[in-house]
Amino acid sequence: MSAVRYLALVPVASVMLGPFFANRVTPFLFGLPFLLSWMALSLAMTSVVMYIVYRFDPRNAPAYVEPAELGEQGE
Amino acid sequence: MLNPLNLANKESDMNISLILIFGTMLLALWLGVRAQRGKDMSLEQWTVAGRGFGAGLVFLLMAGEIYTTFVFLGGSGFAYGVGGPAYYMLGFGSLSFVLSYWLLPPIWRFAKTHSLLSQPDFFAKKFNSPALGILVALVGVVALMPYLVLQLKGLGIIVSVASYSGLSSTQGVWIGAIVTVIYVMVSGVHGSAWTSVLKDFLVLAVAIFLGLYLPWHYYGGITPMFEAIEHAKPGFLALPATGKSAVWMTSTVLLTTLGFYMWPHMFMASFTAKSAQNLRRNAYTLPIYQMMLLFVFFVGFAAVLQIPGLTGPDIDLALFKISLATFDPWVVGIIGAAGVLTAIVPGSMILMAVSTLLANNVYRAWRTSTGNAAADNQHIGRVAKLAAPLVMLAGLWFTLQGGQTIVSLLLMAYSLVTQLFPALLASLLPSRPVSKAGAIVGILVGEATVAVLSITKMTIADLLPFIPDALKDTNVGVVALALNVIAMVLVSAVTRSSAKQSSGSLQADSVA
Repeated sequence: MSAVRYLALVPVASVMLGPFFANRVTPFLFGLPFLLSWMALSLAMTSVVMYIVYRFDPRNAPAYVEPAELGEQGE
Repeated sequence: MLNPLNLANKESDMNISLILIFGTMLLALWLGVRAQRGKDMSLEQWTVAGRGFGAGLVFLLMAGEIYTTFVFLGGSGFAYGVGGPAYYMLGFGSLSFVLSYWLLPPIWRFAKTHSLLSQPDFFAKKFNSPALGILVALVGVVALMPYLVLQLKGLGIIVSVASYSGLSSTQGVWIGAIVTVIYVMVSGVHGSAWTSVLKDFLVLAVAIFLGLYLPWHYYGGITPMFEAIEHAKPGFLALPATGKSAVWMTSTVLLTTLGFYMWPHMFMASFTAKSAQNLRRNAYTLPIYQMMLLFVFFVGFAAVLQIPGLTGPDIDLALFKISLATFDPWVVGIIGAAGVLTAIVPGSMILMAVSTLLANNVYRAWRTSTGNAAADNQHIGRVAKLAAPLVMLAGLWFTLQGGQTIVSLLLMAYSLVTQLFPALLASLLPSRPVSKAGAIVGILVGEATVAVLSITKMTIADLLPFIPDALKDTNVGVVALALNVIAMVLVSAVTRSSAKQSSGSLQADSVA
């Protein structure tokens, strides 16, 4: 799996930094308080980002066969 | 108030909403029984549906987890009571699913390879330690109790408010508890999945309707509503500088994200998947489903200026109090029906998880260790079903003690269950950095810290008076998690090095 997976860090950063840098009521964004808007957009972005990660992950191709569990690890 | 005409009116109000609520309970039971028909009830069928669920049903089980009474009453109540800090729910909704993409497939694969039924089975197998399995089972049982309690609390609120106080909240709690027990005993996980379909549809419709109608009805729109709140209570819609501050929010998001899949029933829900791909697909579909939270917040915010004055545990009443003030009894009945389902479906999954943990992971392990012949699955299945009513009685007892809001109950439960995460993560790493003793000690230290902090109600400021003010709002669960990791790493280092020093027989033992 390529570097595409690191895209997943974008929503993580957005959610964890939002409360510090977007903690305000105004200006209203899409008619919502600024921080609420920020968190809702982060949620929507999570879905988009995870869709991209899913599409670029070769393990999700129809022809892909899951490997069997690698023995009984550590036993 | 006292003339007979009004009394008669009140009675018919009560009747129509109660008929809708009890009708829904019966429908849920009927669906549960139907889902069961033609399925042979092995323990594996009862608990993980023979691992045959496609993405759709796994989705519903996991989404059902989100759409509980926690969101419906707790989410709206929290928005009403504290404002901006309620947004943390959107944050952990995002991050749990990002994490799930990588976390769930290895868990699912290992469980499938070894035909595991439960979370303690997983830990016991991974660390080759039945003792750790029992510990994890007990952690699950203890953490699920407040979770069960909050569903019952929700049921009590719904039945008493929707009956126009014709039934007390205690009676509501009893009725809900009995229906949930019957539901679990007849249906198992198939019932939960199919009733989830009905529940999600109804809850989604009700939440969106209320979330749009109430702001328009009272304020002429969503933005005017927020403007009015900002005018009356400046800053309420963002995070306060202290208390439930930005530090509180990010630490709570972190704690709940790591804990989300540590719930025994969520862990089990991932076992029901047919393939790892189904689990990965849910990582981008489930966040969309979380958007419903916005509408739930709108309901809570609409109530802020309309029905002021609810404080303490009463903030959970916000959604129903404003509905009662706004709508005809039959609408209140439909809202109540949706509310009942958001409590019964997750309540049944929790009850089933606790019963299975006690029967499969505590009772069976105890029998084996006392030298009895290993119990067969049929026997364990019967014990699990017998345990269900007993667990519910314990839940009832805690519920009737009262006292806490729905969200505070859930956050306490999260602090408990998140303590399993470090050991789980370590068990998935190829280098296996943590020993079984390290895992056991880490979990014990974490849980003990949570227990002490919850009982003494200590905050970080009391605990670590020297840290900068900004960090004093950190969720105390994070401190427990940190101590857990430190203990786990230290004990692992010690046990590893002593294992290396001793003869090779110990190593051969752990490899065999």
